Amino acid sequence: MDRREGRGLTTVPLETLPGQGLAWVERLRRSALDRFEELGFPTTKSEDWRFTNVEPIARTRFSPAPPRPAGTAAPKLLEGALCAFDAYRLVFLDGTHVPDLSSPLPKAAVLASLAGLLKTQPKRLEGLLGRKEDGRQAFAALNTALFSDGAALLLPRGVVLDKPVHLLFLYTAAASPVASHVRVLVEAGAGSRAQVVEEHASVGEGAHFATSVTEILAGENSQVGHVLLERENLAAYHVSRLQVHQARDSRFEAHAISVGGALVRNDVCLKLEEPGADGSLNGLYLLSGAQHLDNHTRIEHAAPHGASRELYKGVLSGQARAVFDGPIHVLPGAQKTDANVYNKNLLLSEQGLVDTKPEFKIYANDVQCKHGATIGQLSADALFYLRSRGLDAASARALLIFAFASEMIERLPVEGLRGALEALLSRRFLESSHA
Amino acid sequence: MALLEIKGLRANVGEKEILKGIDLSVEPGEVHAIMGPNGSGKSTLSHVLTGRDGYTVTGGSALFEGKDLLALSPEDRARAGVFLAFQYPVEILGVTNKYFLKAAYNSVRKAHGQPELSAGEFLKYVKEKAKLVEMDPALLNRAVNAGFSGGEKKRNEILQLAVLAPKLALLDETDSGLDIDALKIVAAGINALRSPERSFVLVTHYQRLLDYIVPDFVHVLSGGRIVKSGGKELALQLEKEGYAEWTGEKVAA
Repeated sequence: MDRREGRGLTTVPLETLPGQGLAWVERLRRSALDRFEELGFPTTKSEDWRFTNVEPIARTRFSPAPPRPAGTAAPKLLEGALCAFDAYRLVFLDGTHVPDLSSPLPKAAVLASLAGLLKTQPKRLEGLLGRKEDGRQAFAALNTALFSDGAALLLPRGVVLDKPVHLLFLYTAAASPVASHVRVLVEAGAGSRAQVVEEHASVGEGAHFATSVTEILAGENSQVGHVLLERENLAAYHVSRLQVHQARDSRFEAHAISVGGALVRNDVCLKLEEPGADGSLNGLYLLSGAQHLDNHTRIEHAAPHGASRELYKGVLSGQARAVFDGPIHVLPGAQKTDANVYNKNLLLSEQGLVDTKPEFKIYANDVQCKHGATIGQLSADALFYLRSRGLDAASARALLIFAFASEMIERLPVEGLRGALEALLSRRFLESSHA
Repeated sequence: MALLEIKGLRANVGEKEILKGIDLSVEPGEVHAIMGPNGSGKSTLSHVLTGRDGYTVTGGSALFEGKDLLALSPEDRARAGVFLAFQYPVEILGVTNKYFLKAAYNSVRKAHGQPELSAGEFLKYVKEKAKLVEMDPALLNRAVNAGFSGGEKKRNEILQLAVLAPKLALLDETDSGLDIDALKIVAAGINALRSPERSFVLVTHYQRLLDYIVPDFVHVLSGGRIVKSGGKELALQLEKEGYAEWTGEKVAA
């Protein structure tokens, strides 16, 4: 296999992508493509990808997205998406904005499709988009080179959005797999406040591949929330990256809920760049069958008086495999840092596998840091207790799985999302409990 | 027909025989107390009757309303009307007491072809039952037994008993670890649930509980067998003389 080729992935002519004619976009895309071709697909020889083999992605021949089938009714496309909550909603199909499925947008802030904004107000994006990329991430480079659309949310100073922003990315599972590259940019001005829900879901059962990159710049004293909901079908591939930069006294809270996909990798890079920033990362994954999920999170404390909390919880059945790698770096000068990272797993089957590595690298001497990882099973005592009260074995197991996960659901900041997720996960827990 | 008819019941934990031939017959409405020293097999008997893993029945039978109780899964025993109040109630983080009670109650109702209660209907029902054991309704919104005091846990067991309304209630050392006030509340709750259709088997180490719940019969369990049966006066005799006469130990001079 030629690792540089990516079979059809990079054969998309760059000049057909949004931003053509804008020199800075063309430069951005061209240099990212060069980097991707130089880096190639990561292999398990690289420490960062030790437990995750992306060969199934590298091997697949991907096609460009098919045109939206004529007459596909909007409600049909939205079936199964978690649209029950009141939100400013943008819908994308195979990486292209679908205006007729999207809802009216806020007036106080700029919320628009990225491709649209590159046409109408490119100046707003210049110097923001891709500015913070470190260039070492092959999939992020691929995304920068090839992103077809996505969303930008630009919050002026002091603006508080009254509703969450719901970005719904739908992918069609066509006869030959489609690759989509979508991108989200959030710039939160000083003292502003917003909640973004990024949902990725499939239409149909076949394979597809998506890369997504979300950049969040949280301004001074701003408050930003991000929910990533990955509920693609069991044949899907998804590589996501969330890159957050926190200014002084900003608060950021992420929730990553992963229940879908055959092979999913999530990279999170949270940087507390100025004093007094407060960041938290929450994760919940529920894996079954042969699903493989790799969460790589990295929190960097670069300034004093920062606080970060991280908790990822996972439930595995079948031959599912989960990887958690969560280093926290406390840089010199980041005194009075208060940080903790935990990964807790519930293993329901003999063949499930978890590799977990919460860790610290501390270069400051006045800090408070805690970390831990657990891998456990359902308690036999609790199961018997529930059954002795009349619950059948499967319901008892489902209730205990729910009990393990419910803490993460309760933490979700959007009420309508909590209810919908509870229903979705209850169904999945019941399925898992039979496994 | 007896509600519960145990004949020659023998059971092992691993290779070790714990129950060595138990005979016990419980008629509807009766209250039986099974007393005995530690290690006599009291808890094993309640676990075997409710179907806990880890025990092997090697002989004998236990019929509930004439049907083979031992052939049923734990949940089917519960649905048939057998209830065990645990010596050590289990804490379940992440599930509210209210939700747990509703799930249990509705699964029993469903098994009997009755419609399930809505959240609102159930709340009304459970609040009424909570009064029986003087339980603070706030505990309904807390995670099952999590952070409950010893007394609250035992009261929660009796609340479950009241909610599920079984035909046979086995109480495993319900009095252990309770102070006298908590014991009185728990006993009052149990007494309020006594009826001609409901039988109780109280498994206890101490006579104290029987000051508040007066049994119809008292049995002494020792070495995996019932070695003596009598009326409530037997409990008083045990209190005075200890178990030594029945366990073969020498009475201390």
